[in-house]
Amino acid sequence: MKAPLSWLKEYVDIDVTAEELQAKLFSCGFEVEELIDIGKDISGVVVGEVIECEAVPETHLHVCRVDCGEKGIFQICCGADNVKKGIKAPCALVGATVYATAKDHVTIEGVVTIKKGKLRGIESFGMLCSGAELGVNGDMYEGGDYCGLLLLPSECRNGEDVKPILGLDDYIFDIAVTANRPDCQSILGIAREVAAVLGKTVKEPDYKYKTVKGKDEKISVSILAPELCPRYIGHYVKNVKIAPSPQWLKKKLALCGLRSINNVVDITNFILLELGQPMHAFDLRSLTGREIVVRRAENGEKITTLDGNEFDLNSENLVICDGQKPCALAGIMGGLNSEIEDDTKEVFFESAKFARDSVRKTARSLGQHSDSSALFEKGVNEYTTEHAICRALNLICKLDCGTVTDVHTDVTTAYSRTNERNITVSVAKINALLGITVPTAEMVKILKSLNFKTTVNGDELNLVIPRYREDIDGYPDIAEEIIRLYGYDRINGTFMPSASITNGGYSDAQKAENRLKDLLVAKGLYEISTYSFYSQKDLDMLHIPTDAPERKTIKILNPISEDLSVMRTTLAPSMLSTAVRNLRRGNMEGKLFELAKIYIADKLPLTSFPEERQILALGMWGKYGFFELKGVTENIAAMLNTKFDYEPFEKPFLHPGITARILCEGEEIGYLGMLSPAIAEELVLDRAVVLAEIDYEKMQSHAKPFKYVPLSKFPEIIRDLALTCNRETTCAEIEKEIYSACKFVSDVRLFDVYIGEQVGTGKKSMAFKIKFTPKDEALDDRIDGFVKKILNNLKFKLNIELR
Amino acid sequence: MKDKIKEIEKQIDAAVSDIQTSKNLMEIKMKFLGKTGEISTLMKNMRDVPAEERPSLGKVLNALRQFAEERFASIEEKIKKAELKKRYAEEKIDVTMPGKETADGAYHPNTLIRQELISIFSGMGFEVFEGPEIENEYYNFTALNTPDDHPARDMQDTFYIDANTLVIEDEYYGETGNLLLRTQTSAGQIRVMENKKPPIKILSPGKVYRSDDDATHSPMFSQMEGLVVDKGITLCDLKGMLDEFAKKIFGSGVKTRLRPSYFPFTEPSVEVDVSCFECGGKGCRLCKGTGWIEVLGAGMVNRRVLEGCGVDPDVYTGFAFGMGIERIAMLKYGINNMKLLFEGDVRFLKQFKA
Repeated sequence: MKAPLSWLKEYVDIDVTAEELQAKLFSCGFEVEELIDIGKDISGVVVGEVIECEAVPETHLHVCRVDCGEKGIFQICCGADNVKKGIKAPCALVGATVYATAKDHVTIEGVVTIKKGKLRGIESFGMLCSGAELGVNGDMYEGGDYCGLLLLPSECRNGEDVKPILGLDDYIFDIAVTANRPDCQSILGIAREVAAVLGKTVKEPDYKYKTVKGKDEKISVSILAPELCPRYIGHYVKNVKIAPSPQWLKKKLALCGLRSINNVVDITNFILLELGQPMHAFDLRSLTGREIVVRRAENGEKITTLDGNEFDLNSENLVICDGQKPCALAGIMGGLNSEIEDDTKEVFFESAKFARDSVRKTARSLGQHSDSSALFEKGVNEYTTEHAICRALNLICKLDCGTVTDVHTDVTTAYSRTNERNITVSVAKINALLGITVPTAEMVKILKSLNFKTTVNGDELNLVIPRYREDIDGYPDIAEEIIRLYGYDRINGTFMPSASITNGGYSDAQKAENRLKDLLVAKGLYEISTYSFYSQKDLDMLHIPTDAPERKTIKILNPISEDLSVMRTTLAPSMLSTAVRNLRRGNMEGKLFELAKIYIADKLPLTSFPEERQILALGMWGKYGFFELKGVTENIAAMLNTKFDYEPFEKPFLHPGITARILCEGEEIGYLGMLSPAIAEELVLDRAVVLAEIDYEKMQSHAKPFKYVPLSKFPEIIRDLALTCNRETTCAEIEKEIYSACKFVSDVRLFDVYIGEQVGTGKKSMAFKIKFTPKDEALDDRIDGFVKKILNNLKFKLNIELR
Repeated sequence: MKDKIKEIEKQIDAAVSDIQTSKNLMEIKMKFLGKTGEISTLMKNMRDVPAEERPSLGKVLNALRQFAEERFASIEEKIKKAELKKRYAEEKIDVTMPGKETADGAYHPNTLIRQELISIFSGMGFEVFEGPEIENEYYNFTALNTPDDHPARDMQDTFYIDANTLVIEDEYYGETGNLLLRTQTSAGQIRVMENKKPPIKILSPGKVYRSDDDATHSPMFSQMEGLVVDKGITLCDLKGMLDEFAKKIFGSGVKTRLRPSYFPFTEPSVEVDVSCFECGGKGCRLCKGTGWIEVLGAGMVNRRVLEGCGVDPDVYTGFAFGMGIERIAMLKYGINNMKLLFEGDVRFLKQFKA
């Protein structure tokens, strides 16, 4: 919301600086995002009168003597075509700053400092300026568009600073207005807040107008969709004289960034800015049958708006129609067919309230947004709707550009809010919510400054809510009004003296998660966080078949891009993409983990909340391979006080010979493996990547509490056995047989594998460290027997020999 | 015998001056003082000496033994010192060489901040609750006092989920509207209030989603929201708790400032700024010269929200606050682009060793 200081001053006597006002607005909830000093680049420019002016032969230049009052009389060389003796123009003295313009004399190319100069050998002590050189256009100041000198009125005093004359001493407050205060999306709304915060009163705009009796000129208005249009007010103005707006009107629009069109259109735009009520003016001659119908569009109905865009409408869209056709897209933009033109003679002004979600939905679905739709989406109040029409007619009179008839139509509906609302609040309750004691008199003063009619009745305040404050709902709203003006700096910190004791902290499940992360970090992995959404292309990257369960992805209806359009069903693509990104950036090794959710649909499209499952993803590359990754999964099993089993496995994106599925107590909980060389080639990777995914909840369900195992009084005994077996025999098979052969075996660990001539073809040698843990007696004498039994078992079951 | 003693004395003197190493010393010591060494042999030979001579000879022999021990002891000290010195010189290492690599993992910055926040608030009695990320409009908006036509639904662009909404019903609320990715973790707080009676002190951390993507916004980010509902909770309590929080996370000198704002689910609503911990409030680049940094939004829980959850707003009041974890991480660690947090670049991750 842009509010020029000069405009605010028309309603409030502001006796503080722009910076002070900025701070005051900030403290009461209106953050000034930018305080724009519109004349900040212009300095040292004064009124100068050309008292002598002689053409320089064979040039377009004139050499002038310019009287700048107390600043002196200067010789200035000027190239403008409208320089002549007797005129007054802005004169930039030596040391002044003005804008440099391009060859077109309009485009600003930066700020220049005026120096003493020489043109064609003639000394020049300053520069006479055009409007563009001072940042002033024709809307800001008459003649500002001319590319010669900006002519000033003769009553200007020579030597006077031109900034106040041109309105360059003004500031624009760019204010962030919160969504609960649509009434402050206007100059008047901001002025009301300024008045409250400065302890002043607001001078309301002039709403008075004179009417002339209209004969048989009635215009009927009917609202067929009152839920989308709670209120519609119209007024008929005849003998309209379309003309340019007066300078003061043009300037106000320009300060707020609007272009002047003509008097009637400018009046509607002025009211949009001043009161926050979007209005529309129809050229009556293009309306069929002196009739306005507010209704939902018929499916397939068409409208072409003022900007020439044509839209296909449906019954969700509200349109303003004449006796036959849609003439405006309600609250968004008028139709091209009823546009105000230079020869318009009769105007029908509309001031209405349209439902904010209806305007929002239509503007969105058609992609057609305007200043008007923005305001309706935020919410317009009927107090303003009623006043806006009066203000428009007041301005018609003031500008003398038409005859205001008495043909006034005001249609209220069941959705209208025409009455003042009352609320009774308790002083004690307000103070209880705030935690401090605001004196009742102070409350009354604050509420009155905000235009609440307030009467005190013991602990009760009986309030009449200003009609434009539709946000006020209960006593907490009143508490907020009070504290934002009383000052949040008067709130002192306390520490819940009346609250009950609660027992805080993590749940057991959250503690388990933290423990897992602690373990992984201690093992040298870095934690990552990647987006919860990806695209089907990410699954293509992993060669996931089209009928795989991972393809059953939950779709986002309005994704930010196609790449982030479905909720992920596996973390593998995110982990792989992260590894690839690292490799491309020259990070040649890495160990990562992510603990995040996947989203599983029962049925698509969803008919119930989907399942959100926590998954642990691990990824390594560079000098780390399958067994480094497996080392980590073994650590995890140990932390959970359980054991994982590993079986050869296949996944579409993993190397079929270097992949295992992970089981815990017979339940499949995940996989680990090396990225398939085919995919590595497609991604142009020169390092192997290993990946694992473990279903966190399944894994956690196998966790067992730790319990102390009494230490054996007898020493543990370790034996190393080097065995020769078939190439196909797996480590797991051998381990299993060793355990089953002797109940005292507490640990079996492979420490060497040899494949080569010495063991013969089709064979391999595996060396194991076997730990025997005694229970109630020393085992020293029995070890040889155990080893013999183990070897017999291995020979019998797996045809394994001692090497 | 006496001659022999004299002779041995001379031999010891000669031998000692020749000793170079402790091994040398050991051999010579054995030669004279060992069980079969020369002095011991003489001692043994005392048996053959006439009884009357034994006392005087004994004295002389003992003197010899003492002489030998002293000589050896003094040389031993010298040799040991020299040998140790030599060993020190030989074993000297370059202490500036790097240490051996050990595992060096790191938590994601979000995890660091999340855990720090949880530890601060759990000390104040807050429990941690995590709700679902895919929510319905009821929990994300309606129950948070943001009705269908409310402009607040536009304040945050919401990702909607492709779902057959007609059949998505809730046993309490009937049709609960479209499914969406939650835009705030407050959605989970409603679930808590429905199932738990006051006193309530909960913290809900988690991922949230908004359709926004630039240097300071990401379509996915994390929030930490807190909710207190109890008898007699005031705005002053909110301020007191936030003061404590700000000091713990940003440093003991940090102050907080409340200023009016608007959130549909709180009334009054405030924006909370902390005094700039970089410049102490004098104004710098971090605080854009204002001396203050916006860190979170908060307010007193709206009566309608309490009512909707079956909590009597005339008996209980409460406050809620919410902050972006990434924002805190970016402020605290000086991270200038939010994207870095989601790229997983190991050069970035390495810097957050806990």
